[in-house]
Amino acid sequence: MKDFVNLINAIEITNKTNAKINALVNYFTHAQEKDKLWLIAIFTGKRPPRPVKSTLMRLWCTEIIKLPEWLFLESYSAVGDLGETMALLLPDPTHEINKPLHEWMAEIIKLKPKSEADKKDYVLNAWSGLHMQERLIFNKLIGGSFRIGVSKKTLVNALSKLSGIDANQLMHSIIGNWDINTISFNDLLDGKHINYDNSKPYPFCLAYALDKDLNAIGDPENWQVEYKWDGIRGQVIKRNNEIYIWSRGEELVTSQFPEIKALFKNFKDDFVIDGEILALKNNSVLIFNDLQKRLNRKNISKKLLEDIPVGFYTYDILEWNGDDVREKPLSERRLLLENLVNLSKDNDLFKISEIIKFKTWDELDTIRNAARKLNSEGLMLKKKTSTFHVGRKKGEWWKWKVDPLTIDVVMIYAQKGSGRRSSKYTDYTFAVKSDDTLVTVAKAYSGLTDKEITEVSKFVNQNAIEKFGPVRTVKPELIFEIAFEGIALSKRHKSGVALRFPRIKRWRRDKTIADIDTIATVKALIEVQ
Amino acid sequence: MKLVKFTKKGIYCIPGKFYLDPWFPVDYAVISHAHADHSRSGMSHYLCHNHSKPIIQHRIGQDINIQSLAYNETLTVNGVKVSFHPAGHIIGSSQIRLEHKGFVVVFTGDYKTSSDFLTIPFESVKCHEFITESTFGLPIYNWLPEAVLQKQMVDWVIDNKANNRTSVFLGYSLGKAQRIMKLLDNTDQMFVHKAIHNTNNAIKSVDIELPETTLLEPDFNKNEVQNKIIILPPGLLGSRLLKRIPNAATAICSGWMQIRGNRRWKNVDAGFPVSDHADWNGLLSAVRASEAEKVYVTHGSQATFSKYLNEIGIASAEVKTEYGDDELNTSET
Ligand SMILES: [Zn+2]
Ligand SMILES: [Zn+2]
Repeated sequence: MKDFVNLINAIEITNKTNAKINALVNYFTHAQEKDKLWLIAIFTGKRPPRPVKSTLMRLWCTEIIKLPEWLFLESYSAVGDLGETMALLLPDPTHEINKPLHEWMAEIIKLKPKSEADKKDYVLNAWSGLHMQERLIFNKLIGGSFRIGVSKKTLVNALSKLSGIDANQLMHSIIGNWDINTISFNDLLDGKHINYDNSKPYPFCLAYALDKDLNAIGDPENWQVEYKWDGIRGQVIKRNNEIYIWSRGEELVTSQFPEIKALFKNFKDDFVIDGEILALKNNSVLIFNDLQKRLNRKNISKKLLEDIPVGFYTYDILEWNGDDVREKPLSERRLLLENLVNLSKDNDLFKISEIIKFKTWDELDTIRNAARKLNSEGLMLKKKTSTFHVGRKKGEWWKWKVDPLTIDVVMIYAQKGSGRRSSKYTDYTFAVKSDDTLVTVAKAYSGLTDKEITEVSKFVNQNAIEKFGPVRTVKPELIFEIAFEGIALSKRHKSGVALRFPRIKRWRRDKTIADIDTIATVKALIEVQ
Repeated sequence: MKLVKFTKKGIYCIPGKFYLDPWFPVDYAVISHAHADHSRSGMSHYLCHNHSKPIIQHRIGQDINIQSLAYNETLTVNGVKVSFHPAGHIIGSSQIRLEHKGFVVVFTGDYKTSSDFLTIPFESVKCHEFITESTFGLPIYNWLPEAVLQKQMVDWVIDNKANNRTSVFLGYSLGKAQRIMKLLDNTDQMFVHKAIHNTNNAIKSVDIELPETTLLEPDFNKNEVQNKIIILPPGLLGSRLLKRIPNAATAICSGWMQIRGNRRWKNVDAGFPVSDHADWNGLLSAVRASEAEKVYVTHGSQATFSKYLNEIGIASAEVKTEYGDDELNTSET
């Protein structure tokens, strides 16, 4: 497993995608056949179910290290990851186990039905036969998520570099149905188990952020304006009675959104359309946080499907009954798209992106600032003559976002970042004034520089009330300006309001607690927007 | 009568009328080692170990009033016997032993219990009261043997060279830089930043041998350093100088690198857990070897470590100090 450990270390240490790809290519060049397949399986979520509960592993670990529970927890909050904490706390190995990845995986699969005593024997023997880094990987293989900085896209790019096969085709291949026991690495890459002709997506057409006066882009008549939605940009492909949904990250996400797939089942025509995957309820768009609850799940419960229904707002059409229509002007494509949407029976979850009517650019500015109320991010301006170009092209499509709202708040709690940045306090809770007390309004991950984080951490260490545990209550002294996209009344929040996408804009060293906003001024923003 | 008390200015020896590593200007300061947070400017009189003297003068000024002793040599100050004993942290680093009417207090300053083959190794000193640091006072911190660490670092350098990359190490100019030099000695030509070069000269002035290095000139020739080793102070992470180095692969050397989250935080290509502080077992063994009846715990995980000591039957209390973290100080340039 040493080569796998080295790979994970190489991938983790760098945030350069190319370095990750090179490390993966290197692994695929040298690893055994079955190990290569397991690597792909692990990174695409095709993992065997967890055979041992984490609570049991924790118990066995504390039995071995003979340290009090509170000290284990203290260590855990310094590390931020349970598997890693155990790997660090366990004593040095007494013997050496050297097995390839696929053998470990085979054993882990067989472990599931065994008795607790057998499981314990197995885990303890592994722990005492592996070095710290290997132990950490072993703990990760046994259970939970394998959160390592490799996206499917990076994996696919590495496989593409290795084999010369088109990356999107590889994406379909590795996500498609394959059985690790019967397929070979080359067959998996060649995609004999899929039909790529049916799933092949087009490159997305992207917009630049508007960086000039609107009068400089010409007559409003020449532009089609729509709301900009904050969901997952996607392409729905229906060819030969098969339906595929690709995200803009070039991941095939069909299985995550069964209701979208269902929407298109009854269409007779073939097509490829561009649009946004959105959480929709009662005819309005829910915020991205809601949609997020639906993402990257292995199983989607019935309750979740009911609570957060997902639909598709379509922007554009790229292919109609086998014809590539991307070179037609937007105005013509729009007519084709309207035709298609009119064929749909379900109008609640499949909608065409509305065209905003306006006469002057000034009028549009007012509409943009009201967009927040619809949970929209702002506007999209598309030239009516534009083609569905590849990537970004100056002057054809513009995005024009709403201006963020800002308030001044005081930090009241700090927490160490989990996994990343674990020795520093990076997650903060902020409050505003409410009469004589403070009331929490937002949590935000640090948008600060390393130097500022170090400084804040020092302040937290010196001014915290608690000495143990992951959360520190700090003296309300550090003032920050936070920005957010929207605000709404909320019964779930103690303050009575929920902010959308709060983030730190800057540290206001020039301000004191006397200068922070009050809950009344925050609530007044609801009216303003 | 109590021998020491903890004050707002630092650790104070009552009968001796002097301070140990004070953080405010005082008349008489006894200094454990030359790191900036332990030996600050503005003291009327300094007392330290012979090897710390030139470094402190280099850092603070040649004109300061400074006196120094060898290890185990005793000086009596207002009736208190003061002596220095090896702490193994950096060159010249000492535990300070105070004796008055048969009562002994030891203040460790910063220390490490394992040998780095550069500084004189830690020697435990028995005492009634032991004042210990706790930078890495959690059981997750257990250092690799020096030889294993060395192999990892040397392999990394060789691998970089094979891939046409220059190995850049970031480490505090006093302590960590010399440690890196020692670990990589005879691997390849080593270039050091001016701050490190000057510190090296101060160290060499007391006849301590250091591995051979070349000064990295501000207008260095790219071809000359390509694929070699360069050691820089951590403050230069992200600097223009670093960007000028051809195909740089950067590494941080710090005990904090033991944890994945910390390795991933800094935008570097490698992190090696090289520390100049005692790990968890090192702290515990030092406490036990002191046979102290009371242990005071200073900077680091003082709450955790002293709570644990109390639970295993060693009377302990935490002490608030103003000492910093010299293991990952990115403000130093
Ligand atoms: Zn130090
Ligand atoms: Zn210190």
